[in-house]
Amino acid sequence: MTDKDMLFDYLLRLGDNSLILGQRLAEWCGHAPMLEEDLALTNIGLDLLGQARMFLSYAGEVEGKGRDEDRLAYFRDTKDWRNLLLLEQPNGDFAKTMARQFFFDSFQYLQFEALSNSSDDRLAGIAAKSCKEITYHRRHSSDWMIRLGDGTDESNERMQRAIDELWGYLPEMFEMDAVDDAMVADGIGADVAGLRTKWDAYVNGVLAEATLTRPEDSWSVRGSREGKHSEHLGYILAEMQFLPRAYPDAKW
Amino acid sequence: MDVIEQELEELETAFQAKVDAEQRIEPKDWMPAKYRQTLIRQMSQHAHSEVVGMLPEGNWLTRAPSLKRKAILMAKIQDEGGHGLYLYSATETLGTSRDEMFEQLHSGKAKYSSIFNYPTLSWADIGAIGWVVDGAAIVNQIALCRCSYGPYARAMIRICKEESFHQRQGYEIMMTMAQGTKEQREMAQDALNRWWWPTLMMFGPNDANSANSAQSMKWKIKRQSNDDLRQKFIDATVPQAEFLKLTIPDDKLAWNDERGHYDFGEIDWDEFKSVVKGNGLCNRERLQARIEAHDGGKWVRDAALAYAAKQKTRNAKAA
Repeated sequence: MTDKDMLFDYLLRLGDNSLILGQRLAEWCGHAPMLEEDLALTNIGLDLLGQARMFLSYAGEVEGKGRDEDRLAYFRDTKDWRNLLLLEQPNGDFAKTMARQFFFDSFQYLQFEALSNSSDDRLAGIAAKSCKEITYHRRHSSDWMIRLGDGTDESNERMQRAIDELWGYLPEMFEMDAVDDAMVADGIGADVAGLRTKWDAYVNGVLAEATLTRPEDSWSVRGSREGKHSEHLGYILAEMQFLPRAYPDAKW
Repeated sequence: MDVIEQELEELETAFQAKVDAEQRIEPKDWMPAKYRQTLIRQMSQHAHSEVVGMLPEGNWLTRAPSLKRKAILMAKIQDEGGHGLYLYSATETLGTSRDEMFEQLHSGKAKYSSIFNYPTLSWADIGAIGWVVDGAAIVNQIALCRCSYGPYARAMIRICKEESFHQRQGYEIMMTMAQGTKEQREMAQDALNRWWWPTLMMFGPNDANSANSAQSMKWKIKRQSNDDLRQKFIDATVPQAEFLKLTIPDDKLAWNDERGHYDFGEIDWDEFKSVVKGNGLCNRERLQARIEAHDGGKWVRDAALAYAAKQKTRNAKAA
C-alpha cells in the first residue's frame, strides 16, 4: 500500500463509520418512543451524515480516480466497506440503539479530539467540527444510559441486555493495523489503542452511575478493516444503494 | 334571561368585538367553549398530520438516491417533527395535554390529514409531496398566520418559513427527474398523477358543503374559504407543472380569461370519503406505526419519569 492508499483507506474508515450509523438512526424516523427523541435521533443522524460526506469526499479526492461521495457510498459492495461491526448491528429496542450510540460516541469523542491535532489540516478541520457535534451526542447517549439503567426494573434489564449483546463488538474500536500505525507515524491518524484507558474511565463512570454491570471481556468479533462484516451490512447496502444501482445512468 | 346567561352574552359580544377588531385571543382570555373546542380539534389534527406525515417521507429516507438528498430529506422530516411538537404545545395552551391528544389519535377519534394515507411508491413521490402537498399546506397555512388565536397564528408564521424551503426542495427533485432519464420522467409523471387529486382534497369540502366553515370564518379561525384557497393553489401550481413539462391529470383544466383563474374538473369526493373512512392504501399502517411507537416506547418514558423521581428524592435528601 502506498501512503496515498493508506490515507484513502483511513478516511474511508472514518466516513463509513459515520454513514452506516447515520443510516441506522434514519430507520428510527417516526418510530421513536417520544417526539423529542424523533428529533434528537434525526439530528444526530444528520450530523453523522454530514461527517460522512466530508470524509468520503476527501477520500475520493485522495484516491484521485474520480469517485465522489456518492460513488463511494452507492457503488461499493460489502467487502470494500470499512465501518466498525458495532455500527452495522440492528437497532433492536431503544436501549440497544442507545447503548450502541453511547459506546461509539464515547470512542468517537476521544478519537476526534486526537484527530483535531492531525498534521493533515483538512482532516483536523473535519475532526474539530465533528468533535463539537459529538460532545452533544455523547451527552445525549450518556444521559439515556443513566436514565434507563437507573430507571425502572424493566429499563435496567433491557439496558443490561443491550450492553451484554454489544460488548464483544467494542474491542475492534481500539485495534491498530498497519494503516493505523502508518497514519500515527505520519502524525495524521489517532493512536486508538492509546485511547482505551480514557474510554474505560469514562464508560465505567457512566455505567456505575447507571447502576449497570460492566460485562466480562469474554468474547470479541473483528474483521471490518479487512472487509469482513456481519450479514447485516449487505441488507443495509441493498436498501441504501437501490436507486443508483437500479438506474445507473440517472442523476438525482 | 337570568344573570348568568346575560353575563355569557356580554362576554360573547366582547369576544366577537375583539375578533372583529383583529385583536389576537390569548390563552388566558375568555373564549366561547365552542371556539376552544374547534381550535383543539383543528390544531391537534394539524399536529397529528405533521407527525404522521413523517412516515411516508421516512419511507424513503434510507433509500434516498444521493447523500445530499438524504441529508435534505432528513432535515425536512426533522422540521416536521418540530412542527408537530410546536403545534402540540400551542394546543396545550387550550387546556388539553399531549397524552390526551395522542389518545384521541390512536383511538381514531382525532383525525390527521388524509393525504398521508397514500403510499410513497417511488423517489419522485418525495418530490411530489414537497412540491404539491407542502405547496397546498403553505397556501392553507399562510391564511392561518392571521388566525384569531395568538399561539396558533404565531406557530403558523414560524412553520411557513420552513415549509417554503420544503416546497423548493420538492420542486427541485421534480425538476431533476423531469429533466432526467426516460424512467425518471415516468416516475415524476406517475407521482404527479397519484398526488394531484388527493392534494386538491386537502383544502376540504366545497364551500357549499362545509359544515364548520361559516362559524370558523366569523371567529376568524379560518380566513379564507376552502374553494378560494384551492383555486389559489391551482393557479400557482399549473405554471410550475408546465415549466416541468409534466401533465396535470385533469382534462378539464383550462385558463378562464373571464374569471382570471384556471377552471378545473370535479373532485371525486366519494374517493375522499372512502379514504377517510379507512379504505386508503396506508390507513392502518400509519396509525399502527404511531400506536406501536407510543405503546412500544412506554417503558422508555416510564424509565425517564422513574429516574427523575429518584433524582428529586436524592436532591431533597442532600439539601
